[in-house]
Amino acid sequence: MAPESLGQIFLAAVLANNFVLAMFLGLCPFLGVSARLETAFPMGIATTFVMLVASLCAFGLNLLLTAFQLEFLRLISYIVVIASAVQLVEMFLKKTSPALFRALGIYLPLITTNCAVLGVALFQTAREYSFAQAMVFSFGGGAGFTLALVLMASVRERLQLSSVPGVAQGTALSLMLAGLLSMAFMGFAGLGGG
Amino acid sequence: MNDLSQAKTFDEFMEGIWRQNPVFVMVLGMCPVLAVSVSAVNALSMGLATMFVLVCSCGLVSLLRKLVPKEVRIATYIVIIATFVTVVDYVIQAVSLEIYDALGAFIQLIVVNCIILGRAEAHASKHPPIAAMVNALGMSIGFVIGLFALGAVREVLGAGTLFGVSLFGPNFQPWVVMVLPPGGFIVLGAWLLLFSALKRRQEARLAAPGGGHGA
Repeated sequence: MAPESLGQIFLAAVLANNFVLAMFLGLCPFLGVSARLETAFPMGIATTFVMLVASLCAFGLNLLLTAFQLEFLRLISYIVVIASAVQLVEMFLKKTSPALFRALGIYLPLITTNCAVLGVALFQTAREYSFAQAMVFSFGGGAGFTLALVLMASVRERLQLSSVPGVAQGTALSLMLAGLLSMAFMGFAGLGGG
Repeated sequence: MNDLSQAKTFDEFMEGIWRQNPVFVMVLGMCPVLAVSVSAVNALSMGLATMFVLVCSCGLVSLLRKLVPKEVRIATYIVIIATFVTVVDYVIQAVSLEIYDALGAFIQLIVVNCIILGRAEAHASKHPPIAAMVNALGMSIGFVIGLFALGAVREVLGAGTLFGVSLFGPNFQPWVVMVLPPGGFIVLGAWLLLFSALKRRQEARLAAPGGGHGA
């Protein structure tokens, strides 16, 4: 059992080991959906929800697979569970908020291939977290993902009003920005016991 | 095989390496690219692992393309990819524990690499096996080149070595930030900046009167 306390795990997942800026997980939606604030925030929330569901299912699945000594099926079963969870969120959003559903577009089904979601499931297994630790870890990871997405979107909204050299526009500029944000987040290193 | 179809196969092969390079042009599969490119060796082994998964799963997807119902195709592709990733995971663990520890969870995360699912959906599901595998091979070589370009620059600047061989002698002050997370973003941004600047210059030259050859 990992010796870390719940608070430590949460702080580390949100700030010091932020999923996007320190561990490079979930970069596709981070670069793709962060152009506007009003889509970035719901995207973060949806991803957090999928992460929680995935982490819950992965915990149960892992117990089952270990009991039957079928660890080599871990990856396949995790990804199937995540795909189903995403389908659930998709149907829910389509029913309750069609406008948001359209705004997120292709990036909604792509949560399935968001490394952050699978990453949560894999890391909690690798670190042998208990049930409570796993839940806090996945919630912290989701919160950290949302935070990074919202920060990036706010900066990019400002950038639209300033004049940028033509060569640097687009992905190159976003990556440079992400680099600076990531450097800022390095300041949190060591917080929450690393 | 006549000349025309050979030329077409070659074109499919080159598409991934240059015109549609997955790292520099399509900016896909960023997570493993940035996370493991701290050294040239890591970048190469990650690239080769991805290459194996991409080529095998594209071949299998293409063989099954007429059998899989349209509604469940994505799920089928993901299960196929996950199977090959599990194979690679155990192979790397058996061959070199050192590399396995260095790459960590990112070997298993090959499953969610958008390049692989993208190729399976956009190309392999519509083409016969040979063409699909040739295209996948080109794509993965392009991916390896991208990873290597990033890994080599980061290792040279951040540690002063290439493949573990010291380049600048003992007085070199390593630029540590380059092997830390921000370095990954900044080096990739710089590569993209370089490409976009080159492209712009080429366009300007073609547009200038008298310049260009009508191409």
